[in-house]
Amino acid sequence: MSVRDDIAARMPGGDAGLIVATLATAYILYVLAGVVLGYDLRGQLNSLATLTFYIGVFAMLSLALNLHWGYTGLFNIGIVGFMAVGVYVMALVSKPLYVAGGAAQVGGLGLPLIVGIIAGMVAAALLGFVVALPALRLRADYLAIVTIAMSEIVRFSFLSGELQQFQLLGTRVGFGGGSGLILDFVPPLEALFRSVGLWGVYLGFVDATKVIVPTNPKPVVDGLIYGLLLLAGVTVFFWLLKRTGESPFGRVLKAIREDEDVANALGKDTDRFKIKSFMLGCALMGLAGILWLMPQGAVTPNFFRPRVTFFIWIALIIGGAGSNTGSVLGGATFAALLYQGPRYFQNLVTTVLPNLDSPPGFGQAVGPLISQLDPVPFLLYTIDSIRQLQLVVMGLVLIWLMHNRPEGLLGHRKETASVISLSRPKAAAAATDGGSADGDVQTDGGVDVADSNGGVDDE
Amino acid sequence: MSDASQPVDEVATKVDEGALGSFASGVQTTEEYPLRVEGLRKSFGGITAVDGATFQVESGSLTGLIGPNGAGKSTTFNLITGMIKPDAGTVTFNGEDITGRDPHEVANRGMVRTFQIARELSEMTVLENMMLAPQRQRGEELWRSVLPGVRNDVREQEEELLERVWEVLDFFDIDHIAEEYAGNLSGGQRKLLEMARALLTDPDMLLLDEPFAGVNPTLEKKLLKHIHELREQGYTFLLVEHDMDLIMNNCEHVIVLHQGRVLTEGTPNDIRSNEEVIEAYLGGNV
Repeated sequence: MSVRDDIAARMPGGDAGLIVATLATAYILYVLAGVVLGYDLRGQLNSLATLTFYIGVFAMLSLALNLHWGYTGLFNIGIVGFMAVGVYVMALVSKPLYVAGGAAQVGGLGLPLIVGIIAGMVAAALLGFVVALPALRLRADYLAIVTIAMSEIVRFSFLSGELQQFQLLGTRVGFGGGSGLILDFVPPLEALFRSVGLWGVYLGFVDATKVIVPTNPKPVVDGLIYGLLLLAGVTVFFWLLKRTGESPFGRVLKAIREDEDVANALGKDTDRFKIKSFMLGCALMGLAGILWLMPQGAVTPNFFRPRVTFFIWIALIIGGAGSNTGSVLGGATFAALLYQGPRYFQNLVTTVLPNLDSPPGFGQAVGPLISQLDPVPFLLYTIDSIRQLQLVVMGLVLIWLMHNRPEGLLGHRKETASVISLSRPKAAAAATDGGSADGDVQTDGGVDVADSNGGVDDE
Repeated sequence: MSDASQPVDEVATKVDEGALGSFASGVQTTEEYPLRVEGLRKSFGGITAVDGATFQVESGSLTGLIGPNGAGKSTTFNLITGMIKPDAGTVTFNGEDITGRDPHEVANRGMVRTFQIARELSEMTVLENMMLAPQRQRGEELWRSVLPGVRNDVREQEEELLERVWEVLDFFDIDHIAEEYAGNLSGGQRKLLEMARALLTDPDMLLLDEPFAGVNPTLEKKLLKHIHELREQGYTFLLVEHDMDLIMNNCEHVIVLHQGRVLTEGTPNDIRSNEEVIEAYLGGNV
């Protein structure tokens, strides 16, 4: 096997150990970067909270995509559409009722946040159903076309003036159109802690952290706690999808991925399985979208451009499609290195080398490289525009992976699709062990098969 | 029947009659002819692949379906099992009209096929391949597999299934490769896996599409032995095969397809001496 498989095999705790090690490495790197950048404690904590946030959302989304692609072989490139529907429906349900003269142009139905979240997930799943029904009967590529088209239709629908505001149940609601929608419901953390009656305790805890962060610690603590909640969300996603995969249901999904005709010929109603798997994944994508945008204060349709979908695909491919641990690892690696990394790298370089002026344009950057073989201006220019080059870097990583490690970091797909271990049950093992030593295997029924091993092996 | 019994005994002398009793839950075919095909017709563009084929398969028999290339054997198989829909004609299985049903519905009713080129599920282990096959698994409902508590029911059934799976693996002598990925198997092992898998669906009838193609003589003997053992348990077999000797020596009834129609049918001896069959194979307008 390849080198990385060895690493995974040698890692204490196996895949889980690898995930912990990766997360630890990422956090240490970010703390070190923070030290070099001269962050104070508040800055460090904020930077870690942001990192945790992105690790959380990308891990959740790549887990959901793994159910579609890694397990069922469904080529969904409209992820962002399901996220958008999740968020917007949640906002519609949970925003407070419209009050004339308020900051928000439109209101919502004023229902509790949890109702909104469930409604958002259900809406995403139903959209998945509508999309899947015609497309799943066709081959994989058609589903891809349908889903990406759907995600753009969703984005343009939320952009459109028609849906900007309308009357629903006698109150003024809407999706805000291109200018965005203010998410003026109770902040999610507050809603969560109030619902379990711990809001006072939480505020006390925030107050106590003044020892560490003297002024206004609440945003910092909020960010960190929300990050931890997202990691808890990743755990729930992981648990759910692991159980889904390691079951007869997951077995059929795997079989569909491998060869749908075979699964069908063995009596499995593959369309039903595909639709269920697709809807579950879409609901989870809706939830991940909600968790991503809920604390942001506002949402605009143009956040949901297809590039976000491809970010999630890159995360999954880095980690390894078909493996839940791989999905988490991919999400974390993507968030730390490719999504947040370039910005930190640029800041680091400009902090360490503050006096370097990068050339103002591409011509001035390339000119010295060609005329005097001087690469410095070009390098400086590259670093200066690294955030614009982020997509290029991602593309290069993707190409490299496709050539050198198409199965991703943990794409071994060794998660057995069964509720139980499939090794031979003990009673049966005892019955046959005695005979196998001399090659004279006797099965329970007494079929003499000693002569046939050669026939099977020598193909 | 008397023609066929001789080679059967030769191959399967050592077989205990109850060898499969433990995992074959009994075949419930009541019809004398579980499979009846009437006037089946299918054309692709201008080519009529199957042109009014009519035949029936006797319960508990090993029936061979032969014919020159392009006679419509594979298409007939696909039509019977619902992989493609016929233009006309009916397929009746155990007294029920299954014409145009989806493959999974046909399989659920107890008729399971194997494929000409073994189609293993490569990135699943042999065990996973086998565990997939049994019908009506509780855990195929998502909620049962996920929710705590009810998952124990699933676990229980999985344990029962696993025992059966290992028995069948032993029977087909592929227990030593149980943990392998199916994609790593040799051609012959794939054939064994495919038949074992089909058997685990607990069918009444098995449709085998060229099960011996690309299989070495030792393995061929072994596969035949398995087929005869299973037939004695009451399974019905319909077999597409190119190897004439093999069909003649093992099947008690042979159906000859030619240009999408049944040219003739009968015992191997009838077929052997039939002028039309010789014509179809050796000259004629194939």
